[in-house]
Amino acid sequence: MSSVAFNPEQGKPLHPFVTFTLPLVAVFGALLGFIGGQAAGLGPLEGAIFGAVIAAVLAFVLTRFLPRKTGRWGAIAVCVAMGFFAGGFAGAVGGLILGALLGWAVYWLDTGDYRRGVPPYATTGQVLWHNSFKFICGAIFFFLIAPIITIIPLSFNAQNFFTFTPEMLALDPAGFSLKHYQDFFTNDAWLQPLKNSLIIAPFATFISVSLGTLAAIGLSQSHVPGRRAIMAVLISPMIVPLIISATGMFFFYSQMGLFMENYLGISKSLSGYIKVILAHAALGVPFVIITVTATLVSFDQSLTRAAANMGANPVTTFFKVQMPLILPGVISGGLFAFITSFDEVVVVLFVGAAAQKTLPWQMFTGLREQISPTILAVATILVIISIALLTVVELLRRRSERLRGMSPG
Amino acid sequence: MSDATHGPDNLTGITPDTGLKIGKSDKDGPMLAADGTPLKTSLNRALRRQKRRALMLIAPLLLFILLTFIYPIGEMLFRSVENQIVGDTLPRTVRVLADWNPDETEVPGPAVFSALAKDMTVASEEKNHTRLGSRLNYEVSGISSLFRKTGRNVDDIGENYTEQFVALDPAWEDPQTFVDIFAGPRWVEANAAYDGEGRRPTFRLAEGVGEVLPQTASIYRDFARVVQVEDDDNPAEEEPWNSVYLALYEDLRDGAAIPADFPHAALLTAAQAAVPNFATTNLQAAFVDMDKDWTDREVWRTIQTYSAPYTTGYFLNAADLQLTPDGIAWRPENERVYITLFVRTLIMSTAITVACILLGYPIGWLLANLPSRQANLLMILVLLPFWTSLLVRTSAWKVLLQDQGVINDLLVWIGFVSDGNRLALINNATGTIIAMTHILLPFMILPLYSVMKTIPPSYLRAAKSLGATNWTAFWRVYFPQSVPGIGAGSILVFILAIGYYITPEIVGGTKGVFISNRIAYHISTSLNWGLAAALGAILLVIVMAFYWAYDRIVGIDNVKLGG
Repeated sequence: MSSVAFNPEQGKPLHPFVTFTLPLVAVFGALLGFIGGQAAGLGPLEGAIFGAVIAAVLAFVLTRFLPRKTGRWGAIAVCVAMGFFAGGFAGAVGGLILGALLGWAVYWLDTGDYRRGVPPYATTGQVLWHNSFKFICGAIFFFLIAPIITIIPLSFNAQNFFTFTPEMLALDPAGFSLKHYQDFFTNDAWLQPLKNSLIIAPFATFISVSLGTLAAIGLSQSHVPGRRAIMAVLISPMIVPLIISATGMFFFYSQMGLFMENYLGISKSLSGYIKVILAHAALGVPFVIITVTATLVSFDQSLTRAAANMGANPVTTFFKVQMPLILPGVISGGLFAFITSFDEVVVVLFVGAAAQKTLPWQMFTGLREQISPTILAVATILVIISIALLTVVELLRRRSERLRGMSPG
Repeated sequence: MSDATHGPDNLTGITPDTGLKIGKSDKDGPMLAADGTPLKTSLNRALRRQKRRALMLIAPLLLFILLTFIYPIGEMLFRSVENQIVGDTLPRTVRVLADWNPDETEVPGPAVFSALAKDMTVASEEKNHTRLGSRLNYEVSGISSLFRKTGRNVDDIGENYTEQFVALDPAWEDPQTFVDIFAGPRWVEANAAYDGEGRRPTFRLAEGVGEVLPQTASIYRDFARVVQVEDDDNPAEEEPWNSVYLALYEDLRDGAAIPADFPHAALLTAAQAAVPNFATTNLQAAFVDMDKDWTDREVWRTIQTYSAPYTTGYFLNAADLQLTPDGIAWRPENERVYITLFVRTLIMSTAITVACILLGYPIGWLLANLPSRQANLLMILVLLPFWTSLLVRTSAWKVLLQDQGVINDLLVWIGFVSDGNRLALINNATGTIIAMTHILLPFMILPLYSVMKTIPPSYLRAAKSLGATNWTAFWRVYFPQSVPGIGAGSILVFILAIGYYITPEIVGGTKGVFISNRIAYHISTSLNWGLAAALGAILLVIVMAFYWAYDRIVGIDNVKLGG
C-alpha cells in the first residue's frame, strides 16, 4: 500500500500517500507538537495543531521532492531553526530531536520500511503489533540503559548540580569540567577507599577461586555422597539475604578479631583486613562454584584418564590438561567473585572498621549523608570498569564455546 | 557413604556400580581383577577411593563456608531466643522471685530485696547493670534509667550492718578475717605466691563454708572474683562490700550453726549472739529511696517473666506481640510496626517481581527469536546493567528521580508538571520500586531467555497453520512452555528483592524501606540484637522456603549467570 509501483491506477499516484503516510505523520507531528508546544509556551491544543500542520507539510515536501538523506537533514535543519527561534539553545536541542524523529518517521512510513521483518501476507493488525512490540522492547532497553548512560555526561558537570545545566545542553565548554574527577583523584577521602577496595577484592577473589575451583572439580565427580546438600551449603551465601549474612558475620568476626589481636598478636589494622577478606571470600564462592561446575559439565573426563594412562601424576594432569580447558570458566567465576567483593557494601559496613572503608562504602555514606557530585565521577569510572569486565567475560564465553565446538554465538 | 545403595545417578555406560552388579550376577565363583583380588572388592575399593578423593577436594571449601558463614548465621539466630542476661546478672533475685505471686502481694517481700541488693552490687561493680537495664527496657520502658540510678547508689545498702559488725569487733574491718573464713587453703597459698605476672589465681572457697554461711560465701566469692578480675587487686587487702556484711548478718540471724573448729569460730559466735540486737535496715525502703519504680509491680513482673534463660520474647516482639505476665498480648497500637513492615516488604517485592515479569517477558521473547548476532548485541544491553555496580545504579536513580533531578526537570520543561508541583519520585515506595525493578530486571531476563531459547519456533507456526489465531497460538502453545522461565526468574527476583538493603535505604525514605533496613537499624543504632536476630530469622525462613521451592522447580545447579 505504500509503494507507488503496486498502484494499478497510474493516474492517482498520490493515493497511498494521502490515505496513509500523510495522516499518520500528521498525528505523530501533533503528538510531538503537543509535547514541544508545552515546552515552547504554547497551549497544548495550539501546539498539537501547529505540530500536525508542520508535519504534514514536511511529509509532503520530503516524500515528493527530496531523496532520503537530504530530506532527513533538511527536516532536522528546519526544526532546529524553529526551535532556536522559539526557545534559544534548549529549543534548538529539542528541535534537533523532533526534526530527527519526524524525518525518520516520514521515510519509514513512506518507503514501506515499517513492513520489514514481517511476512508479506501479514495483516495490518499484525504489522501494527509487530511495530508496537518493537517500540515496547526499545522502551524497555532504554529503561535498562538510560540511567547508567545519563550519569556519564552529568559527571562532567561544571556545577555541583545533579541535572543538566543550560550550559551543558547548549554544549557550551564552560558547562563542562573535569573537576569531579580531579576531586576523586586528589581527595584522600576517596583514594584511601579505592586503595582498600583494590587490596581486599583480589585477595578475596584468590581465596574463593582457589577453594571454589577445587570444590567444583570434586563436585563434578560421578560419585559424591550428599552432593545436593553440599551444593545447597556452598550456594547459600548467594541466597541468604546480605543483611542476615552481615549480621551473623558481625558477631562472628568481632569475636574473631579479638582473638586475632589478643592471642595471635596481629595488629588491629591487619586483622581488620583479614576479617573483610574472609567475609568477601565466602560471598564470592557461589559464583565460582556455579561458573566452574557449568564449565566442567562439558569437560571430557576421559582426557584426565588418558593423561594418567600416559604417566602424568594427578597434579600434572590438573595443571596441564584440565586447567587450560576449564580456564575460561575459572576466570569468569573469578571476575564474578571480584566484582562481588568490589561492589559489596553491607557486609563490609558491618564487619569492617573505618580503616577498611571501601569504595562502595564511601559511595554509600556519600549517597546517604551529603551527596557530592564526585560520586558521579566514581560511578562513571566504575561503569567503564564494568564494561571492560563484561567484554572480557563475553570473549571468554565465546572462546570456551568455540573450544567445545559449539557455534560461536 | 550411603550413596552406593542409591544406584548410579543418571549415568549411562559402565560405572563402578554397574560393575558391582555384573560381579554379583556371576554365579561361577568370584570374578577376579587383574591383581587377583575379587572384582567386587576391587571395584568397591575404587569406588571408595573415588568418593574419598571427591570429598577431599570439596572439604576445604565446605569447612570454610561452614565455619565462616553457616556457623555465624546459626549463632546469630541463637541470639533471637537467648535471654541468659537476666538470670546471669540477677541470679539470686531470680531464684527468690520465682516464689512471688504477683496476684497476692503488690511488691515482693524483703528476701527479694535482700537478694537484689547483692545482685545489683555485683552487677554494678562489673558494670553489667546498664546492659540488663537496656535489655529489660525493650519490654517496659523506663527500666533502663531505674537500673542506672540504682547501680550508682547500691553500694551504700547494708552500710548500717558493716558499721555494727565493726563496732562489735574491729577484726571485722580486717580483710584478712574474711580471707581466713572463706578462702580455700590452695588459693591462699597461690595468692601469696602471686608476683604480679600473668593472671591472678582463681579464687576458691574453703571447704564447708558454703554449708555454714551459704549466702555470705556466695557473695564473698563474687567479691573476690570482681576484685581480682575487674580491679586487678588482691582480695586479701580489700575491705569487703557492704552487701557481704548484709549477707553475713542474714546468715547469722537465720541461725547458722558455727562448728567449733571453724576459723574465727569465737568471733562468729560472738557476732551471732549480738545479731538479734542489731538495728535493722528496711531494704525495700532503701531501694525505693533510690527510685520509686521499685514499688512498681510491673517492673517486678517483667523481671519475673523474663528470668528464663530462653525467651520467645524477641519473636513475639517481631510479630508485634509481647509476653506479659498474663500471657501473650498485642503491643500498644503505636508500637506495632513489624507486621506492617513485613507485609510491605512482601507487597513491594511482589510488585517488583510483577514489574520484572512484565518488562522482562517481551525482552526475553525478542532475544530468543532474533538471529543470534543481533540477539548477542542486544544481550549486552541486558548484561551491562547486570555488571554495573549496584551503587552506581542506585546513585543513578537517586540523581534521576530527585526533586531537582533529570526526570522532574524534563517533565517541567515539557510542561507536564508545573515547577512548584514536581513529582515525588524518591524517598517513597515509588522510588524503591522503580530503582529495584531496574536493578533486578536482568535476573528475570536471563532465566526467561534461557528457557525461551529452547522452545522451537515451529510449534507456533504449527499452531497457526492448524488455524489458531496469533493470540491463541501464543497463549495456548508458547506461553505454557515459557512458564518455567517465569517461575525461575520470579523466585530469583523475589528472593533477592525481599532481602534488599542498600537501594531501599538510599531511595526509599521512610515509606519505602524494607524489613532489612529495620534489622540494620537494630544492629547498629538501637543495639537490640535479639530483636534483630528474630526479625532476621523470620526473613531467613521466608527466603529459605522460596529457595527450597526454587531448588525443587529449577534445581540450584541450573542457575545461569550472564547467559
